[in-house]
Amino acid sequence: MKEFTTLTGIAAPMPLINIDTDMIIPKQFLKTIKRSGLGVNLFDEMRYDDDRNEIPDFVLNKPQYREAQILVAGDNFGCGSSREHAPWAIADFGITCIIAPSYADIFYNNCFKNGILPIALPQEQIDVLMKDAEKGANARMSIDLEAQTVTTSDGEVFSFEVDSFKKHCLMNGLDDIGLTMEKAASIEAFEATASQSRPWV
Amino acid sequence: MSPKTLYDKIWDAHLAHEADDGTCLLYIDRHLVHEVTSPQAFEGLRMTGRTVRAPDKTIAVPDHNVPTTLDRANAATMTEDSRIQVEALDKNAKEFGIHYYPVSDVRQGIVHIVGPEQGWTLPGMTVVCGDSHTATHGAFGALAHGIGTSEVEHVLATQTLIQKKSKNMKVEITGKLRPGVTAKDITLSVIGETGTAGGTGYVIEYCGEAIRDLSMEGRMTVCNMAIEGGARAGLIAPDEKTYEYCMGRPHAPKGAQWEAAMDWWKTLYSDDDAHWDKVLTIKGEDIAPVVTWGTSPEDVLPITAKVPAASDFTGGKVDAAQRSLDYMGLTAGTPLSEVEIDTVFIGSCTNGRIEDLRAAAAILKGKKKKDGIRAMVVPGSGLVRAQAEEEGLSDIFIEAGFEWRLAGCSMCLAMNPDQLAPGERCAATSNRNFEGRQGRGGRTHLMSPAMAAAAAITGKLTDVRDMM
Repeated sequence: MKEFTTLTGIAAPMPLINIDTDMIIPKQFLKTIKRSGLGVNLFDEMRYDDDRNEIPDFVLNKPQYREAQILVAGDNFGCGSSREHAPWAIADFGITCIIAPSYADIFYNNCFKNGILPIALPQEQIDVLMKDAEKGANARMSIDLEAQTVTTSDGEVFSFEVDSFKKHCLMNGLDDIGLTMEKAASIEAFEATASQSRPWV
Repeated sequence: MSPKTLYDKIWDAHLAHEADDGTCLLYIDRHLVHEVTSPQAFEGLRMTGRTVRAPDKTIAVPDHNVPTTLDRANAATMTEDSRIQVEALDKNAKEFGIHYYPVSDVRQGIVHIVGPEQGWTLPGMTVVCGDSHTATHGAFGALAHGIGTSEVEHVLATQTLIQKKSKNMKVEITGKLRPGVTAKDITLSVIGETGTAGGTGYVIEYCGEAIRDLSMEGRMTVCNMAIEGGARAGLIAPDEKTYEYCMGRPHAPKGAQWEAAMDWWKTLYSDDDAHWDKVLTIKGEDIAPVVTWGTSPEDVLPITAKVPAASDFTGGKVDAAQRSLDYMGLTAGTPLSEVEIDTVFIGSCTNGRIEDLRAAAAILKGKKKKDGIRAMVVPGSGLVRAQAEEEGLSDIFIEAGFEWRLAGCSMCLAMNPDQLAPGERCAATSNRNFEGRQGRGGRTHLMSPAMAAAAAITGKLTDVRDMM
């Protein structure tokens, strides 16, 4: 997995609550057996019209946000299905940090497996960041995962919380499965006990 | 010993490792797999030379892409990319030696219907699947939740999941339900109350007389939509109904093992003085038959209500409600019972079980759908279909003008040929009314099977109580 340490880039504003996984990557694009190549279909139904022309009003189609690396959004981002195609599409587009008041549980976990940092901040701070993002391409936001801070283009700094294990894995690009396999002895011991206490499983 | 919730008990029984920072490895008893969220996980195993640690605890069935028309044995009914996904599952199941129900097997169906039906899902288990509606299995008092594809790969390789414990939430539905009110109305009403993020960070245990009174199938409907309330999982403590449902199923324990299992299952309840981080209580008698009006499952109102205005809401919901009203093509103040529909979809992991079909057939018996309405019933599994045919339900549907389909996810998510056209409006028994969920531009109203059947007859959203 690609590591995430710091990021300075353009932030795209999406002041909408309950942005769901069907909006992020509609179901017709889940028929892939690969992880890559979904960026072009990120927010597909909001981004293109029926004839596959770009809808100019959609934020990621605006010239100033086409290179966005950060997304600032409303409450409960990523609600809906467990499809990891959602973070795959986001990362493939080039966005590696999302800032929102809250996230749906499965989506939040999926981000960390794909080098994306989802930052949760209180609504008042999101309001400030949303205004900053609305300034366009000249206003660059900075994220520092080590220091756990977001800095606006005006230099205002907000601190965020992140689980220490998730932070460690993201900063070092660590593969979860490899880490878990180091605990094989614990898993074997559990299986040995469970085969006695719950043999029907 | 300190008092525990049901969730605490299942969690403790599956803890394989706990790190100093509280990061846990939770052992997984059952891993359900379908074709959409698994190909990249199996590919990951291949690339790293890893194997499936517990193939005997891993069960796969194709459901999302599978056409439900009677001619589906003809490969041309599937698009090429759908076919590739289903073929990938065929190949992966064989290569890694996991249990498999292919499309040609009468037991094939929606993964969350097949699991319980075959006795794979049992009380006290941990169950995961790369699908958010894994919450369904919580009806058995199993800790069950959806996971992403990276986690699917993690479970395949290690039979564990890296987890931090959620908080405990109790949702109590007291007293009795009124006539015409179903499990679907309970679960939608709870989401209407909490919002789609109200359960985020929690595992919900549903309890109370109205929940106890539900059949296992109704309980599955309730838990299925726990995810729509944002919860990691929904749970209902097992009881006599649960044991009776499980007994004799192909993969349920038998003989002495059954007795041993029962001894443990009977300890699976929340202790009286257990700690709850959040509690919601709803009176069963206050729940009405409901429908959704918007594009979020929290947009729930009794069928007797009117379409709301965006100005009825506050905060970010004002813009979201306006967007929903525009998308749904609805005008504030219109009585919901005057909203005309084009399509009726009865099926899905929420409401594709035999009791759901019985409830719909009871309304449709001797009646016809309104002319011009497209209506379909999609059983949740091949066995549900066979049972419905044996009971004569299929005849009722066919005589009422419904299409009688084969098993699959069908129009719940439109990854297969069953889709809404832009602007088409559907009375659906599924679980999500998101923009584009049932087809680009399609408009979804969620409701119970009986309500959907009533809508088919009148051609508009209808209070089923007027037909009882």
